[in-house]
Amino acid sequence: MTAITSEAAARARGTTPSRSVRRSVERWLIPGYTAVALFYLALPILVMIAFSFNDPPGRFNFVWGEFSLAAWQNPFGRPGLQTAIATSLGIAVVSTIIATALGTLIALALSRYDFRGRTSTSLFIFIPMATPEIVLGASLLTLFVGTSQEPLRSLTGGLFFPLGIQTILIAHVMFNISFVVVTVRARMQGFPRHLEEAAMDLGASPWATFWKVTFPLILPGILAGALLAFSLSIDDFIITNFTAGTATTFPLWVWASIRNNLPPQVQVIGTMVFVGAVGLVFLNTLWERRGERRDKRIAAEEAAREVKLAVATE
Amino acid sequence: MTRRRWAIPYLLLAPGILWLVLFFVLPSIQMFVMSLSTQSGGSGLTRHYEFTWAWQNYVNAITDFPDQFANSLIFGGMATLLCLLIGYPLAYGIAFRGGRYKTFLLFLVIAPFFTSFLIRTISWKIILGNDGAFLSIIRDVLGIVPPNFSILGTPLAVILGLTYEFLPFMVLPLYVSLEKIDRRLVEAAQDLYAGPWQRGGALTGGLLGGVLAVGSMAAFGYLPLGLVQLPGILFVFVIGAGVGAAIATLLVSESFTKVIFPLSLSGVFAGSILTFIPAIGDYVNAELLGNPKTQMIGNVIQNQYLQQNNYPTASALSFLLMAGILIAIFIYARSLGTDELTGGAG
Repeated sequence: MTAITSEAAARARGTTPSRSVRRSVERWLIPGYTAVALFYLALPILVMIAFSFNDPPGRFNFVWGEFSLAAWQNPFGRPGLQTAIATSLGIAVVSTIIATALGTLIALALSRYDFRGRTSTSLFIFIPMATPEIVLGASLLTLFVGTSQEPLRSLTGGLFFPLGIQTILIAHVMFNISFVVVTVRARMQGFPRHLEEAAMDLGASPWATFWKVTFPLILPGILAGALLAFSLSIDDFIITNFTAGTATTFPLWVWASIRNNLPPQVQVIGTMVFVGAVGLVFLNTLWERRGERRDKRIAAEEAAREVKLAVATE
Repeated sequence: MTRRRWAIPYLLLAPGILWLVLFFVLPSIQMFVMSLSTQSGGSGLTRHYEFTWAWQNYVNAITDFPDQFANSLIFGGMATLLCLLIGYPLAYGIAFRGGRYKTFLLFLVIAPFFTSFLIRTISWKIILGNDGAFLSIIRDVLGIVPPNFSILGTPLAVILGLTYEFLPFMVLPLYVSLEKIDRRLVEAAQDLYAGPWQRGGALTGGLLGGVLAVGSMAAFGYLPLGLVQLPGILFVFVIGAGVGAAIATLLVSESFTKVIFPLSLSGVFAGSILTFIPAIGDYVNAELLGNPKTQMIGNVIQNQYLQQNNYPTASALSFLLMAGILIAIFIYARSLGTDELTGGAG
């Protein structure tokens, strides 16, 4: 059957040279292209790692001088760099916790309940992600500055002014919520609802059901959302630039140093963040895999027990 | 207890939605009000503004910065097109040939996200610089370009930076749409004599290649369009057409043009929107890789807000950008459905 059709198709495909070209293309060109394209994507990362070992000829780490470990031996040895990194980490941790909590609740509502306004809510959640960062930053700045004058001043007591770490935090939570919602929601597809029903049937309260059944099952998704939020927060430049005032995060420090003096320490910190982030993702994947394997084992054991039962009753 | 069950989803939504209303919706309204205001006193960050229905701000925003609007559209559009051309075969390769390495290959696609966006752009400044690796190969070793040729500070550099920056945003939705395609449809098409894309292929590919070659030369600013340059333009067109026709006839089959490509259109749309939106709003690439002439609308907004403190004009600019994007999203949501867009389950 297959032989006949493929022969007929081969005849229809026409000349043999074009066919052999196509076949070798299918075999080599597409995987080859994929490799080249992935290399292109990795290239700036490789350059970053390489230039963290550079001893630049001038004040700017743009041209290769010679190999040096100096920057690695003294990774924070630039004025203001350590404070900037500490600020970045602090903002990333706090904004990740808040955004993950708020985003997970929204994701639960959207994927577990049918309610009026569900579709428009999920579209509403999408809009901040589709808005250019510069517009998000600019509009927040307009709001924050607006709280320093009427009518918002009397309404808020000038709450968000002056700009600083608190305004950066507000901004980061805002843009992270949507990303957490989307990530957690994606992981909740195909959630085994019968497990919750079973727990309820066995007399568990809704609260106990959530913490003993639902939460452990969606935890990998929540962690994935938190990881995404953390990496977006620690890397954000555009929105932070608008809402920072005089506070300095690591990206803002890099931006300022591009103008007068770009030390290899920038690439050192970048490499550290990259290795750390990849490590975290790797651990999360391992953990999820283990969970999947455990689920499969439990299912297999259950199946085996049922078979035994069936055999015994026979 | 059970009577109040309807309230549960709303209670779950409340805190997050409240945050978004306070810090996304309210600022947008505030920005709209600001865009119709005029300055009434004060200076610097403590200036006072009065709401005066100043539509003139919008007129100023458009008439004062026509070049930057044009740059945003051209650079953003070219970057989106390049992302599609580079990203489609990549997504195809991962989806159809990735085998058991799919997850790992996808991880490589998003690996750039694990480094700082500024540092990646700095890496391109290093690679494309006058003393960088790329130019030493094509200028000094291969001698393709003249000795005074440079990439940094040209539109080409900005477009290359934008293309790199947003390529993962193109590849991921493309991959999702390609992965969903039922392979049996492709096999059925091949069994039903879907052969090479010969007849229409050479013509379509040739035209596309030619137009793209001339268009990109013009967009990169290497080819001022005019009668004197006609032979040069024709030459570029012929080369582009040749490459396009060869790719179309040799690499593209009817099972691709009639089955795979139409089925992946949702990914093409989603990827294009996800690439185009951040690309037209970006100002970091234009700032780091371009020159003052390659400024985009983002550079103007940033400059007007943070250096000039000219909030009314800057708000009008931001609002125009955002309004354009919202219109695009709503058209898109209407034609494809919101779930395709938000990635939600049903």
